Amino acid sequence: MRPFKYVRASDAGAAARAVAANPHAKFLAGGTNILDLMKEDVERPNELVDVNRLKLSEIKTAREGGVVIGALAKNSETANHPLIRQNYPLLTQAIVAGASGQLRNMATNGGNLMQRTRCQYFYDTAMPCNKREPGSGCGALEGLNRIHAIFGWSDKCVATYPGDMANALYALDAVVRVRGANGRERTIPVNDFHRLPGDTPEKDNNLAHGELITAIELPKSNFAKNSYYLKVRDRASYAFALVAVAAALEMDGNNIRQARVVLGSVAHKPWRSREAEAALAGRAASEESFRRAAEAALAGAKPLAHNAYKVELGKRAVVRALMRAARLV
Amino acid sequence: MPRYIGKEMSRVDGVAKVTGRAKYAAEFRAPNLAYGFIVLGSVAKGTIKSIDTSEAESAPGVVRVFTHLNAPKLGPKASHEQSPPRAQEERDKSFRALQSDRIYFNMQPVALVVAETYEQARYASRLVKVSYNVEKHTTDTESMRGRARVPSLGPPPKPRGNPEAAMKSAPVKVEAEYRIPVEHHNPMEPHAAVAVWEGDRLTVFDKSQEVYNVRTHLASSFGVPEANVQVISPYVGGAFGSSLRPNYYPALTAMAARELKRPVKVVYTRTQMFTGHGHRPYTIQKVALGAERSGKLTAMIHEAVHNTSTFEEFSDNTTGFTRQVYACPNLYAPTLIAATDLPTPTWMRAPGAVSGMFALECAMDELAYTLKLDPLELRLINYAETDPESGRPFSSKALRECYRLGAEKFGWKNRKFEPRSMRDGRLLVGWGMATGIWGAFQMPASARITFKADGTAHVASATSDIGPGTYTVITMIAAEYLGLRPEQVKFELGDTGLPRAPAQGGSWTTASVGSAVHGAALAVGAKLLALANQDANSPLKGATAADVEMLDGRLRLKSDPSRSVNIADVMRRNNLGEIVETFESRPSEERRKYATMAHGAQFVEVKVDSDIGQVRVTRAIEVTACGRIINPKASHSQEIGGVVWGIGMALQEATEIDHRYGRIMNPNLQHYHVPVNADVHEVETLFVEEEDTVVNPLGVKGMGELGMVGIPAAIANAVFHATGRRVRELPITPDKLL
Repeated sequence: MRPFKYVRASDAGAAARAVAANPHAKFLAGGTNILDLMKEDVERPNELVDVNRLKLSEIKTAREGGVVIGALAKNSETANHPLIRQNYPLLTQAIVAGASGQLRNMATNGGNLMQRTRCQYFYDTAMPCNKREPGSGCGALEGLNRIHAIFGWSDKCVATYPGDMANALYALDAVVRVRGANGRERTIPVNDFHRLPGDTPEKDNNLAHGELITAIELPKSNFAKNSYYLKVRDRASYAFALVAVAAALEMDGNNIRQARVVLGSVAHKPWRSREAEAALAGRAASEESFRRAAEAALAGAKPLAHNAYKVELGKRAVVRALMRAARLV
Repeated sequence: MPRYIGKEMSRVDGVAKVTGRAKYAAEFRAPNLAYGFIVLGSVAKGTIKSIDTSEAESAPGVVRVFTHLNAPKLGPKASHEQSPPRAQEERDKSFRALQSDRIYFNMQPVALVVAETYEQARYASRLVKVSYNVEKHTTDTESMRGRARVPSLGPPPKPRGNPEAAMKSAPVKVEAEYRIPVEHHNPMEPHAAVAVWEGDRLTVFDKSQEVYNVRTHLASSFGVPEANVQVISPYVGGAFGSSLRPNYYPALTAMAARELKRPVKVVYTRTQMFTGHGHRPYTIQKVALGAERSGKLTAMIHEAVHNTSTFEEFSDNTTGFTRQVYACPNLYAPTLIAATDLPTPTWMRAPGAVSGMFALECAMDELAYTLKLDPLELRLINYAETDPESGRPFSSKALRECYRLGAEKFGWKNRKFEPRSMRDGRLLVGWGMATGIWGAFQMPASARITFKADGTAHVASATSDIGPGTYTVITMIAAEYLGLRPEQVKFELGDTGLPRAPAQGGSWTTASVGSAVHGAALAVGAKLLALANQDANSPLKGATAADVEMLDGRLRLKSDPSRSVNIADVMRRNNLGEIVETFESRPSEERRKYATMAHGAQFVEVKVDSDIGQVRVTRAIEVTACGRIINPKASHSQEIGGVVWGIGMALQEATEIDHRYGRIMNPNLQHYHVPVNADVHEVETLFVEEEDTVVNPLGVKGMGELGMVGIPAAIANAVFHATGRRVRELPITPDKLL
């Protein structure tokens, strides 16, 4: 690990200012990802601004209904919070599908949104990687890409966003509240939070340098009764998804009023399928309509040499997740 | 009646391990210790063009940066400088770091940064800049298959009978190819060494399965007498074969310590382990089986090809046990090797056997389905009553009993033959089985017992305990034959200052070291008898050593325990504070008349969610026949561990290589998957004990490797039964089942 300056921030404004003032500074929350990456020499900040003492870990009901979860609330606290379990079981399921108990006890919600890809080429500093070292090339594009993207990739980067929590947040139309160095707060719909790689894969998201996530707002929704998070992976636990699906339905009897379908580990960001959602809205919940939605969801997939399986797996996972959400299996 | 042997005993080193008192290699300290961090190369083949260490050298705390340019040459001196020459050194072609500009494999060590702290060394290691003259490399065994050759060590493969003709005329045939990826041991403890020189004397604390082997390697590396080198390795946090050979880091550490005239410590990172100790080779196997319609095998052709390195030969003997597992008159089973630009492979738990039996036992299942025969029935039809290779009788073989017991416990008779015919709700259920086999090896081994007048004993042998429970089992054996309680026995191992023992490998430790301790204990008894009988009134007059036994402080006649002497009295009368006996045990002549093997039968149930390709091993019954069980508690643990490893090998484990770069791309535990607790469901292990008076004085056979041998095949067979899909390439990940 390279030497770095450690700063403990006393309030959100100071934290944002400290990072904004130094282009090589980063925030430190749970540290479950950035410390690993620093040990591997992938991340090389020369300053870490520790935000753990900031009072940003509350989980509470919002005035307009809905719930606000603090950026520094731990993943485990969030997943187990009664407000989340009752109103957003999809989020609980997604969080507990990720990592391990120990990691979830450390990881924060804000940090989890910032989790970087698990692409092997990103992790190996001897290998080309445009995300780690812009201009060096993409090792995975024609290399080992079994775990890589089938949607939205560019010839600069085929990495995926690996997390689980965000897949649920996308389905729940969450909003990310951030605070800039100038003290101004702004909100970003979570669906616009992460980016596709394009020509700048080094940018995972649309935060400006120094912007600090302070909270995640979950709007009131009617998905609690009919949602399901499905994660398909190489072992039963403690592995990143090959394909994940966050599925949520708002039902009117047997009819779907509206639906959310988000695929995880298939793109550089959680991949919300508006096509599948459109195919479901107004239909009766049935395996047949779910199959049509799954076809629509994967229609635009562009697999690489080793991940064509994700297309078929993705379809089946969408059907299964919707069937579970609709309580048909 | 034995007091301890055959009864459950908790690990004598358990408390030390869980309280942190047990010291592992990296935990030893020495005054003024410096820390080394290894720099790995980034190309697979070529030479180092230039290496710039200036920035690293000026980093804080850096003591020195070693590269091939300033590292002294290691290795045996020219023969005329040597006295006497040693044959063993000639064979030691193991890779030594920083000896030339030549790159043999990707992630080869190219520099060692030594600093005052570990963190400083690791930081400075990033500042070393290396450029290469790159040469074209090959790391894909598939592309080298055509150039595979017979290993030069060992006898060339010889056919039995006329396999080709028999295959041609066989009424029923199956033929298929099977593949196993490179796999890595991934023990919990990373490899580490602490090297301390005092003049020309070297002490190395190492993680090792054979301290004597490391001693020889270090002595020849530095041109010092073996007597000047001490290797100490009291605790090993798992090794599984990765510490059988002297890996490159102990010599590298000792080199740095010698040059710097201060102790140095080097610890592998998890990533460095992937090219730091060898791997299970990538293995391609072709199996052809010919049979009569009755199921009787008439021909077996089993050809394996796996990788070795360009600078060293390694043979996994993949097909070795194929020759001994089923009765078949015509057989050809060669193992060939092909050189690639990867590090030298090495033995990994159940080496050769688990790879070979994966292919053979899947092929047997395929044959059973071609014949429409129950897979277990097919095994029974081809049961080898005598060793098919040598014709000799087995010293003992309770495999038939294992099949029977396993099938009964598992409920095998309720199995429906047709694939996809069993379900649990929406899940497909599959039942598969396979045979396990391993040799009942014994190696020469020595042990010393210091029996004290106060009724305690110190037992010593330079073996290791990589986890099977050697500390405990040897304590039990010593306590049994010295007539002491286990808490009166202290067993010490892992130190070249102790009597020589073989590597802890091949599952031969209890058979070898246990026999030596047994022999030493009997020698103590014989000595006591001789001393007692110096007294004209000894109640043991006329008895021979074989007639007496020690128990609770008395030496007594087995046939009449009332005739006994007080051991402490005898020793006091002879002014003896202690009796020291060293015993070397060797395999008996009698053994040569027999084939000595251990066997097992494995039955597994899988449940497959075929929509999403998800396989769960919901039940495993493993029945093992490996002679006498000394410590059932640790023995069951061993076999459970074998099942778990088998689950990993079948479903998860693979070292992924990007052949464009010749580089391992998943050298860490986030990308290299081994089973987690959630992958392990019901596992039941059973033993069918065998009475074997031939195999060794204790009647024990190894079990550590045996426990996993049949599991991957049994799982693959169960997946076929569940889904109708035959996956011949491990691991069976979800994408292969869609």
